[in-house]
Amino acid sequence: MVEQIAHIMTPLFHRMLDIVVNRLIPQAGVGGSTEAVEYVAPKTILLAVGVLAALGILFGVALAIVAARFVVKVDPKVEQVRETLPGANCGACGFAGCMGYAEAVVGNPDVAVNMCAPGKSAVAEKIAEITGKRAEKIEPKIARVFCQGGASLSRRRFIYSGVMDCTAAVLAAGGDKSCEFGCLGYGTCMRACPFDAITMSADNLPLIHPDKCTACGKCVAACPKQVIELAQASKAVVISCHSRDKGADTKKKCQVGCIACGMCVRTCPVEAIKIDNNLARIDHGKCIVCGLCVKKCPTSAIKDHIPLRPKAFIDPAQCAGIDVCAKVCPVNAITGDLRSAHVVNREKCIGCGMCEARCPKKAITMARPAAAVAPKKSREKEPARV
Amino acid sequence: MHINWEHVLTIFIASALINNFVFSRYLGLCIFFGVTKRMETAVGMSFTFTAVMLVGAALNWLIYTYVMVPYQLGFLKIVIFIGVVAAFVQAADTMMKKMTPALYYKLGIYLALIVTNCIILAVPLINADEHYGLFESMALALGSGLGFSLALIIMASIREKLELADVPKSFQGLPISFVLTGLIALAFLGFSGMITL
Repeated sequence: MVEQIAHIMTPLFHRMLDIVVNRLIPQAGVGGSTEAVEYVAPKTILLAVGVLAALGILFGVALAIVAARFVVKVDPKVEQVRETLPGANCGACGFAGCMGYAEAVVGNPDVAVNMCAPGKSAVAEKIAEITGKRAEKIEPKIARVFCQGGASLSRRRFIYSGVMDCTAAVLAAGGDKSCEFGCLGYGTCMRACPFDAITMSADNLPLIHPDKCTACGKCVAACPKQVIELAQASKAVVISCHSRDKGADTKKKCQVGCIACGMCVRTCPVEAIKIDNNLARIDHGKCIVCGLCVKKCPTSAIKDHIPLRPKAFIDPAQCAGIDVCAKVCPVNAITGDLRSAHVVNREKCIGCGMCEARCPKKAITMARPAAAVAPKKSREKEPARV
Repeated sequence: MHINWEHVLTIFIASALINNFVFSRYLGLCIFFGVTKRMETAVGMSFTFTAVMLVGAALNWLIYTYVMVPYQLGFLKIVIFIGVVAAFVQAADTMMKKMTPALYYKLGIYLALIVTNCIILAVPLINADEHYGLFESMALALGSGLGFSLALIIMASIREKLELADVPKSFQGLPISFVLTGLIALAFLGFSGMITL
């Protein structure tokens, strides 16, 4: 029955194809490099369809086999992480593009989640969520100005009257400032800052507003004297000088330069300061931000960026009177007899927090003074916290 | 089967220098301008391109000679050649990812570009039109691949130098590259008298 139908249908089908191809569209023409023919046999059309279908099936099956045999198991987390990343492929993480970092952070337990600099902590948190790793906070950074020698405190070698721009001024024999390491004060950083976080003080020094600064580094790149650096925001005690001149020379040129006297080195309770090339530098990994060096520096070259230092307060109920705090206090602000509650002299206390760290009874707390208490005297006013 | 080795060598040299696809036929310009900004990508592309060209031409020659010629399906060659190259490249892509991930990350990105390249399609088409044998086809494929690599490397080395040159603003980027390509093409014209096919 089926054979009979096929027997009748096949020539009919061929006839139909023949009519369609050779009668109905005889002048359609064939384009491309193909030889034009007068007559196309139905067999050729069927063959063409057959061969193409066969090749298609062959390739399809081959590709399916290849895909199944050579399947690479990609952790779906990698794809998730890659989508979370900014996709800029900037390489700031130290891996080859975002994909490289995504694979590393998912595959390697030692790779931290917070290495994407453009993504900041928002991306780090998401990656931590995906990978199940602990999100360590990205240590926030801030731009710090390593010069305090404003117009009134430093000398000028000559009168510069060119374009009021640091990059222009530096072309004139390295700038008019006698200290070749200092801030020229023509505000190139202020104009470079995309966040309006820099203003120039009355003394021609850049003031960085901590609330607006995103540590993008534009000012660092713009400053021709490399006076601005990015530093950890929490390490608020900074030696604000870059002068590598000898102490005597620095003193002649600027009233607030580091003269490498070594006072801070001797003062520092954790040995975080070293003098190198006539300039004291703080190892911020060791620094406990106690602020002792700020007090001791004879030229006030060290700047404390904490506007209001807390004061120690001893809870008399908990104090055992063991005198540890009095011994450890660098400014002798704590007095009291043995086995009786000790008292902090708030005038003397500099808020370094060392007594709090040493007290075995945890009787000492560092409390911020009331707003009425005047902020500690500083050479220049800290920009208002808005 | 008698093989005319002299002819094979002639085809090889002719396709690499005299009929260089980029400089005398102006094919494959998209990739040519795309990857020649840096030497590293140009070299990576050269290797991948030549390898795909050889295998693709061989596969297409097989299918053309043993399927399309006997059944008189020559008119399907464009469709089939593209399909063969696409299928092969896709398979190679998958296999490379599994077997040599390092190589995949270096060259994998070029594979996708190659599928739609006109030189890859032109070589099997020329092979088919000229009724070349296997060795002649391979010579044409290798010659074209190396010729394209030569063009890429020449252009990449010039464009790396060009970064430092003082190019007028309106000519910066692609325009000056086209001017350069024209000049190199003029230089390649000098090869034309070397061999007469």
